[in-house]
Amino acid sequence: MAVNKIYKDSVAALADVLKDDMTIMSGGFGLCGIPDALIEAIRDSGVKGLTIISNNAGIDDAGLGLLLQTRQVRKMISSYVGENATFAKQFLAGELEIEFNPQGTLAERIRAGGAGIPAFFTATGAGTQIAEGKVQQEFDGRLYVQERGLRADLAIVHAWKADPEGNLVYRKTARNFNPIMATAGEITVAQVEHLVESGSIDPDHIVTAGIFVNRIVPLQTVNKRIEQRTVRPRA
Amino acid sequence: MPWTRDQMAARAAQELRDGFYCNLGIGIPTLVANHVPPGMSIQFQSENGMLGMGPFPFEGEEDADLINAGKQTVTELPTTSFFDSAASFAMIRGGHINISILGALQVAENGDLANWMIPGKMVKGMGGAMDLVAGVRRVVVLMEHTAGGKPKLLKRCTLPLTGAGVIDLVITELGVFEVAHKGRDGGLRLVDIAPGVTVEEIREKTEAPFTVAEGLRVGV
Repeated sequence: MAVNKIYKDSVAALADVLKDDMTIMSGGFGLCGIPDALIEAIRDSGVKGLTIISNNAGIDDAGLGLLLQTRQVRKMISSYVGENATFAKQFLAGELEIEFNPQGTLAERIRAGGAGIPAFFTATGAGTQIAEGKVQQEFDGRLYVQERGLRADLAIVHAWKADPEGNLVYRKTARNFNPIMATAGEITVAQVEHLVESGSIDPDHIVTAGIFVNRIVPLQTVNKRIEQRTVRPRA
Repeated sequence: MPWTRDQMAARAAQELRDGFYCNLGIGIPTLVANHVPPGMSIQFQSENGMLGMGPFPFEGEEDADLINAGKQTVTELPTTSFFDSAASFAMIRGGHINISILGALQVAENGDLANWMIPGKMVKGMGGAMDLVAGVRRVVVLMEHTAGGKPKLLKRCTLPLTGAGVIDLVITELGVFEVAHKGRDGGLRLVDIAPGVTVEEIREKTEAPFTVAEGLRVGV
């Protein structure tokens, strides 16, 4: 294979990519399926003035919360940031900008961006303050809001399995925003739990085709945190 | 006696039909899953990317990769499927989900809903609420009738809207209201009343005018 997509760790995979004031998409929902090792490498690089596109903002001491603690983030584009007190403090102090998007609009903006679609119409948010300043148009008697496609300089994602080509498979609800973000980064870096041999993933089971993945970081250790541990008693 | 939270959830469960795909919001709506009538097949959707959501896991069987939209650990069922966020909201925005049951800060007689922000307070974001109310075919609100003694069923919402003209049914601890002409003129009609509660009492606690259905049902 002419191009080697495999990097030894997250620092090596991001070293020549990170720069101040760049836009980064980060997969995950809450702390589920987040590219934690890549986030730590971004923190350690000291790069700042970042615009981060991510459904959530992590919690104080995990996920994107790490980049908020170090004040590396200028702006968040998210749908819900309720679990992060650091976020609230910096926002109220005027140190952090936030653009709220309805979750489905955020997902579709990313999907559209990755597919080369500059804008689309949705009924979500019509007649609310989300629609203010945006083109609104009626189709078949219903009002729709125009939303723009989203792309980023860098997309960081987490996957369960990858092969050397960059074909990715995800696990359960850790899939979430990862596959769509993988399509919308100028450079996409995937951290993966298992790097497997070419041909060992059934092509019918591949969720993200390797064309969307530029770099692969096999994780040495996998750290997963549970945000809300809920259980039921055994009968 | 006004209904308890569990009785409100049980009333909401009466809106389910066999074969429905359903999305439940956080808070009282999560209780609806405990009241699915026996023999009825309902698939619960979780907008983070799961259809066919099972109950909470037994202790020791939690899986960090298996959570619901409230970030709680859940389990799979034999019907479960997983998908990405764009596909999840294609289900929601494309009208494929039959019913959404969610909480509210305010509902207006024209079906407007406010449930995502209070000006002057820290805004956490709307999550998937705006998509759910815009895209799901039938939207049911489960909420307390008043907040701090103030009515939540209003002529017009005073808080920023989550959706305009999107609500079909409102269930509170005092009664059940249908929203007529969803998205147009509106108009609330009281169809169920909690036992021992009077229409006069509800009028005192409701800013919006409403009519009373013929054959008003006294719920249990």
